[in-house]
Amino acid sequence: MISFFKKKKTNYPDFWVHYVEQFQKGLPSELNEVRFVVLDTETTGFDYDNDRILSIGALSLQNGTIEVKQSFEVFLYQHFYHAKNVEIHGILKDERQERITELEALMLFLEFISNSVLVAHHAAFDVKMINEALKRHGMPGLKNKTLDTSVLYKKTLIKSPLLIPQEQYTLDHLAEKFDISTRDRHTALGDAYITAIAFLKIIQKLKSQKNFSAKRFLK
Amino acid sequence: MKNTISVRVADFLKNYPPFNELRSKDLEVLSQEIKIIYKVKDAIIFSEDEKAHEHFYVVHKGAVALLKKPNESMVDLCDEGDIFGLRPLMANEDYKMEAKAYEESILYAIPIANFRPFTKSHDGVANFLMESFASNTRNPYSIGRKGKLFQDGPEANDAPKEGSDFLDLQSVNYSKKLVTCTPNTTLKTVALSMTKKKVGAMLILNNKLPIGIITDKDIRNKIATGEFPITAKAKDIMSSPVITYPKKMTLAQAQMAMMKSGISHLCITTDGTPNSEAIGIISKHDIMLELGNNPAVLMKAIKRAGKYKKIKTVRRGIMSLLQGYLRQNIPLTLISKIITELNDACIKQVISIALEKMEEQPPVKFAWLALGSQGRSEQLLHTDQDNALIFEDVASEDLQVTKEYFLLLSKQVTQGLNAIGYEYCPADMMASNPEWCLSISEWKERTFHWITNPGRDEVLLSSIFFDFNRSYGESFLVDELTEHIFETTQKYPIFFVHLASGALQNPSPSGFFRSFLVEEDGAHKDFFDLKRRALMPLVDGARVLVLSSQIKSINNTAERFEKLAELEPNNQELFLACSYATKALLKFRTRQGLLHNDSGRFIALDTLSKEEKIKLKRTFKTIKELQELIKIRFKVANLVG
Repeated sequence: MISFFKKKKTNYPDFWVHYVEQFQKGLPSELNEVRFVVLDTETTGFDYDNDRILSIGALSLQNGTIEVKQSFEVFLYQHFYHAKNVEIHGILKDERQERITELEALMLFLEFISNSVLVAHHAAFDVKMINEALKRHGMPGLKNKTLDTSVLYKKTLIKSPLLIPQEQYTLDHLAEKFDISTRDRHTALGDAYITAIAFLKIIQKLKSQKNFSAKRFLK
Repeated sequence: MKNTISVRVADFLKNYPPFNELRSKDLEVLSQEIKIIYKVKDAIIFSEDEKAHEHFYVVHKGAVALLKKPNESMVDLCDEGDIFGLRPLMANEDYKMEAKAYEESILYAIPIANFRPFTKSHDGVANFLMESFASNTRNPYSIGRKGKLFQDGPEANDAPKEGSDFLDLQSVNYSKKLVTCTPNTTLKTVALSMTKKKVGAMLILNNKLPIGIITDKDIRNKIATGEFPITAKAKDIMSSPVITYPKKMTLAQAQMAMMKSGISHLCITTDGTPNSEAIGIISKHDIMLELGNNPAVLMKAIKRAGKYKKIKTVRRGIMSLLQGYLRQNIPLTLISKIITELNDACIKQVISIALEKMEEQPPVKFAWLALGSQGRSEQLLHTDQDNALIFEDVASEDLQVTKEYFLLLSKQVTQGLNAIGYEYCPADMMASNPEWCLSISEWKERTFHWITNPGRDEVLLSSIFFDFNRSYGESFLVDELTEHIFETTQKYPIFFVHLASGALQNPSPSGFFRSFLVEEDGAHKDFFDLKRRALMPLVDGARVLVLSSQIKSINNTAERFEKLAELEPNNQELFLACSYATKALLKFRTRQGLLHNDSGRFIALDTLSKEEKIKLKRTFKTIKELQELIKIRFKVANLVG
């Protein structure tokens, strides 16, 4: 187990090596065959250096179908804690939720995502949080292709002089526009589910636009 | 393993039979095995004669149509919480019908292998399935609508008759929410309770047994006439004994029973006799609603609706009414009057519900405006919502708070409209946008700016906004704004030139050889854009002509042309042709829309008959002539050159 912390490239843990191997297979060219993993993380805050992941929720989406059984939800032990964030997420440090270590969570997560395309709302944040965690355990960052629903949503908006696009669109905004119930908001898997449904509706809108190509979409 | 999503699924299912019969633990376990499937509109879920899937479906969001060959007649429309595709699994058969997403839908697919054990271990589940298979309805316990709203119009019987037989034999859905009282209740209490619950009849129970019934008619005939004092008791005026029936009766039987005894309400009891517990009531209204096809009944249903979802159901009835009218070739002017009236009532009801949801009363008076096609009363199909709100002027320190109130209200309303089937405006031209929710002074300022600075955007905004029509609230606010706009345009006539040039911007419908010009790319490649290429030139043309002639309060394009024909005898022929063309195109669009369950905007030319194409082309000639007239009258060439 000590080998985890050695920074020599040749000594990555087995689960990482296994994860990397998955990328030898390319992605399918048909959008229907691509497996998307829609994810969300709940963290202690927004500081990449000091804040930590409290929970990861993810679900798998393929051909417009979510299998409930194939969803991923873990809660992590963390020593670092902001009281103010508890209000948002409702995750209390000592709440009796089965918890696992960060390393275990990462192992399970990599196994779950494999080489799928990752989807998240404001994806850069979630990916960076996970990458920081990987770094703490001596591994490089995620290798998956990533799509951001906040960016994709902007592309669905019509170009009209009457519509002034906003800088940022929140997940709540998307939920409202697409009529998705916001129960379970601010739980990792609950947010992932809202993101997934919004993602499906966004793809549908983009598909009806001119010059849509699956290849470019996944680039 | 139980997770957030499986809990969410279970929470939904537990509200609907037969899942409400399961223990919550079992339902949790079942929910973990479910697949959540997203289907775009018109996607096929399974087709006729296809081998049965390993799971059956529950509609979570949206609606699914079950269709039967040979002519794809709709047998059933499954709503949220309804089950479909189960029977073939239980009977080991192939699918007997096609299931197609009627709207964009989210479905739960439940594996039969995991569900089957419950059908054996739970009597409630087994009974539900038995009854639903036997009665041929998907949900024998459902109340309210259900049944078929899609009965054909009387003359349209070239469609197979089985549709209507199916309807008559369908078991009737009765209301299980009983409004009752005891024999000694005073009549005032009876009347108050009937008014509050919005029902037309009240059952009088003695130890759960129905001993009499009081209807609106009894109160009119026996109290208002002075025959009985207002202090009388329920037992004094009730009709007794009650006519009772068992719950398994068909629509036809219920209708017969009412006709036979000349009554408007039937009481349903456990065993069908007055000596068993009363479990429900069927009113003539319920039956009429199930049969659909009657504006008065639909109107009543809209006004009774206490929830957005109820209105959505009624709107489907409106669509089937529209379909019937078109098939019977009723004049479009009449059709659009009736349908617009019903759509307006829906919008009004949504606003009333939204107002009830607000914690406080509106701080000042306001008016809700319909813009665009709704404002012109040309909206027959479901389209986007375009709306705005005007409120009375307030002191400047109160403006912020007042605006916040109306924005909150507007958000409620636009959500409600979305729930009943109006898509959000893609350009966010809705009262929930702070730009479109203004005080009367702010609106005056805004429109003044548009008229005096007619750039491209301002002209576009004006052309959308100036067709406003009040759908709710105070008319004096609307009149004041109209007055202001007319005064301003008269002072700045250059505005008309810009508006006219905007009206000529629409692309031409036909090419040099009078062939149709179709879209060259995008999702509608090779389709003809009926709205942009044919309807808009007429709509825009009518607007600028009417505004410049100072004709007020006519919003409908066809009517505008008729008015113009009246005012300008020398152009009468052209304007009447324009009016005719507008109606013809609108009817065309509506037909196409109903056929494809969309807005009817894009038309596949190869699906048109030769006659239809000729008709369509004839309108193009009128459009060209209209555009020539506008070009000359407003000297648009000067501006461009």
